[in-house]
Amino acid sequence: MAIAFQKIYTKISQITKATCSLKATGVGYDELATINGRLAQVVKIAGEDVTLQVFEGTGGIPTDAEVTFLGKAPSLKVSDQLAGRFFNAYGNPIDGGPEIEGKEVEIGGPSVNPVRRRQPSELIATGIAGIDLNNTLVSGQKIPFFADPDQPFNEVMAMVALRAKADKIILGGMGMTNDDYYFFRNTFSNAGALDRIIAFMNTTEDPAVERLLVPDMALTAAEYFAVEKHEKVLVLLTDMTSYAESLSIVSNRMDQIPSKDSMPGSLYSDLAKIYEKAVQFPDEAGGGSITIIAVTTLNGGDITHAVPDNTGYITEGQLFLRRDSDIGKVIVDPFRSLSRLKQLVSGKKTRKDHSQVMNAAIRLYSDAANAKTKLENGFDLTDYDNRCLEFAKDYANKLLAIDVNLDTTEMLDVTWELFRKYFKLEEVNIKKEFTDIYWK
Amino acid sequence: MTKGTVSGVIANMVTIHVDGPVSQGEICYIMTGGDRLMSEVIKVVGSDVYVQVFESTRGLKVGSPAEFTGHMLEIQLGPGMLSKNYDGLQNDLDKMEGVFLKRGQYTEPLDNDREWDFTPIVKVGDTVQASDWLAEVIENSQKLKVMVPFQMEGKAKVKSIAAVGKYKCRDIVAVLETESGEEIKVDMVQHWPVKFAMTNYKEKPRPFKLLETGVRTIDTFNPIVEGGTGFIPGPFGTGKTVLQHAISKQAEADIVIIAACGERANEVVEIFTEFPELVDPHTGRKLMERTIIIANTSNMPVAAREASVYTAMTMAEYYRSMGLRVLLMADSTSRWAQALREMSNRMEELPGPDAFPMDLGALISNFYGRAGYVYLNNGEVGSITFIGTVSPAGGNLKEPVTENTKKVARCFYGLEQDRADKKRYPAVNPIDSYSKYLEYPEFADYIAKRINDQWIPKVLKLKTRMQRGKEIAEQINILGDDGVPVDYHVVFWKSEIIDFVILQQDAFDDVDAVTSLERQEDILNLVTEICDKEYSFSDFLEVVDFFKKLINVCKQMNYSVYKSEQYNGFVGQIRQMLS
Repeated sequence: MAIAFQKIYTKISQITKATCSLKATGVGYDELATINGRLAQVVKIAGEDVTLQVFEGTGGIPTDAEVTFLGKAPSLKVSDQLAGRFFNAYGNPIDGGPEIEGKEVEIGGPSVNPVRRRQPSELIATGIAGIDLNNTLVSGQKIPFFADPDQPFNEVMAMVALRAKADKIILGGMGMTNDDYYFFRNTFSNAGALDRIIAFMNTTEDPAVERLLVPDMALTAAEYFAVEKHEKVLVLLTDMTSYAESLSIVSNRMDQIPSKDSMPGSLYSDLAKIYEKAVQFPDEAGGGSITIIAVTTLNGGDITHAVPDNTGYITEGQLFLRRDSDIGKVIVDPFRSLSRLKQLVSGKKTRKDHSQVMNAAIRLYSDAANAKTKLENGFDLTDYDNRCLEFAKDYANKLLAIDVNLDTTEMLDVTWELFRKYFKLEEVNIKKEFTDIYWK
Repeated sequence: MTKGTVSGVIANMVTIHVDGPVSQGEICYIMTGGDRLMSEVIKVVGSDVYVQVFESTRGLKVGSPAEFTGHMLEIQLGPGMLSKNYDGLQNDLDKMEGVFLKRGQYTEPLDNDREWDFTPIVKVGDTVQASDWLAEVIENSQKLKVMVPFQMEGKAKVKSIAAVGKYKCRDIVAVLETESGEEIKVDMVQHWPVKFAMTNYKEKPRPFKLLETGVRTIDTFNPIVEGGTGFIPGPFGTGKTVLQHAISKQAEADIVIIAACGERANEVVEIFTEFPELVDPHTGRKLMERTIIIANTSNMPVAAREASVYTAMTMAEYYRSMGLRVLLMADSTSRWAQALREMSNRMEELPGPDAFPMDLGALISNFYGRAGYVYLNNGEVGSITFIGTVSPAGGNLKEPVTENTKKVARCFYGLEQDRADKKRYPAVNPIDSYSKYLEYPEFADYIAKRINDQWIPKVLKLKTRMQRGKEIAEQINILGDDGVPVDYHVVFWKSEIIDFVILQQDAFDDVDAVTSLERQEDILNLVTEICDKEYSFSDFLEVVDFFKKLINVCKQMNYSVYKSEQYNGFVGQIRQMLS
């Protein structure tokens, strides 16, 4: 790898916890370097003073360490050989297999010209009614799970990935525990899907700053399969909150003024650059797609924190998981979850009554929540309130729970059945056009 | 021209050592690896110049050459802009090659080879001044004007003017002679620096003409006017974009400019996928024909995000100078403010509230100030109605962008999480939202003529009922259904009628999505009648039952084609329930 005439610098003038500075010339912005074999990246150039961010941390680096500039930004070799392989954050194999041969591509490349995109319109069926019925996913969408660390988001995500019929599933793990890493590996292996999986892993045992490379690595691989091979690619990023924490570590060490919640002022742009890689290409460009399903862990359900807040403005909706104490199961919360692209498919790729049925059910479920508050405050319930409460229990059990596996038409039929069981026609407030057909 | 060499790089802020004079805001190009990177001067310290680069600076090295252009960021204004998709620097995105945006790729904003039907307005010998109309060209059936160069000083005489015919935008179509005898050759294209407001009009009076949007919560409850300003703050997921798209589809405007500023690329895709199919409800022509999209989506370079809103405003001013009604939508101004914050941070300026730059308030108010209804020098009128969205962090309206915008925008459409959770769309809060124009006597006079003099009093009365309904809902929550008199329930349900029948509107239903002013008048009268009526019920369950049934029929009426048999049937049913 080392080229004979490459210049070696041996005089580091400044070392902080995450960065080293030295005098060097002819260095490009974003370029990679090695410091005694550790990878680092140029983050600031001021005249001859160059500041390098050292991914593994600077502990043990002497002032006379050997610094070599590699003349390129971080990159990944892409080819079909990526399929079925596990890598670290630098794109080096960690599964004991051979190095990848292929075209070397710089990660974090340019964005797709908006006019070369196509409007997403293909439904992704997951069998989970909390998703398919209430918050339908569409290929080319970007959507995170907003969840507390104790919720089973990795399990739901693995289930969604396996049912989604994607050509490739690319997993980007950031600050993932070793146990979760093995969970994904075993789940995909048991499902016989390993040949469709590509994983880039930064576990809790690895240095935190390394994670900053993971999403771009995963998306560079995704772009190869979506653009060159015209495939449907699903990218799973977990957990983006750990990614943001690494951003704040770096910006803090570079003496930047923090904005909300100690996050860097550029958090929105940093996250958007990742999520906006989700795309549906038009047929002229091969018709491939990149769908991103991510996880943003919350602290006690607080969505006003800068990470979930900025994420919410970037992604096309969000999915909330919640334990429903009435039925003792985890459900997809219908109030706070949202898929912004659902109207592109609901009623178009699904039965026509989809949107109206979905909205009516959620409205009645919200009436049940009001009745529950009344009950808790010690007021008498009306007959309607009681019926709402009964409906809510049934609805949560038969549809919202994450262990449901139905197709969307079945989901609609089940909902109509519940409407008829608990309500009068005028209470559901649905267009006559549909009640004429389905209210029997 | 001044030249320089790069002496430092931090992300998209670059320092350049220069050999000559430069001006604040000047555009320069930095050469690196065969690419030319467009940049703007933001600070000068001696012979070191700080520039913000509108592109990725990856691989940029110290010593790279830079060339200054001698002018600020300016755009070209002429026929051929309608239906186009531009980036924030006015590059025509459709002319770019490849699927990905290549660094340093700049494209022509206008179609230089396209011919336009040209009809002169002035005659040889006429005296003209800057911005006066010389001729008319037709684009997408819109009558555009060829104008005297905006920068021309004093008066000039028309020395020659082209005859009726077809010309290209760079053809010389007129020659003017100034008082000092200088000859000015005029083509169809104007240049204008985007950061400067165009003030080529005679007067900017208070606006008064209702701008119909077809959205009931706006037109009926909190109307916006031609040349007015408004803003839509709201947490994510409350329907900002859906509301903005509804307004841009339905508003009674000649030109609609949509600045997608730091938002999702798929939202832009939605516009250029749907607008070519949809029809302008006022003219029957395709919506795309009157629309221009300025797309600087969130993954495009941050510095160009700031430029994108100014580019959009400058285009709006250009069309206003032709006597057209322009609607400008910017989604979202918070992203623009964040771009300012990122740069201020890199320049190590002392931060203001929430780390935003100190002059944020001044920038926002100057920008909103560029909108307005104007009398042009020739007596014609033109207008820019500006609606911006704001994305407050954590949905908390006590943050600098919302607070500063509230000081300048005259309409406030606050989107509320609670309403969105209950699927009461559009989630515009009926109590906190306002339109200052309802208080303008000019507006009241106009409405009395266009609709009738009872409209505003009726609207104000319904607003009071909404307020009262909310207070009673709170009391019922505390005291319980049986803890308040039955009359209280009636008052509450009257406010629910207003909410369900007027305020809530299904943006995805073909009929309900857009309500004509005539139909809004009928609904207002009907709802007023329902609310003014006295009812007697024996208990609150009867109240609930009656109003739920009534709401159901009213909603079916809203879903029916206006004055169709079905519609009349539902109206009849409502009348029967009332008697």
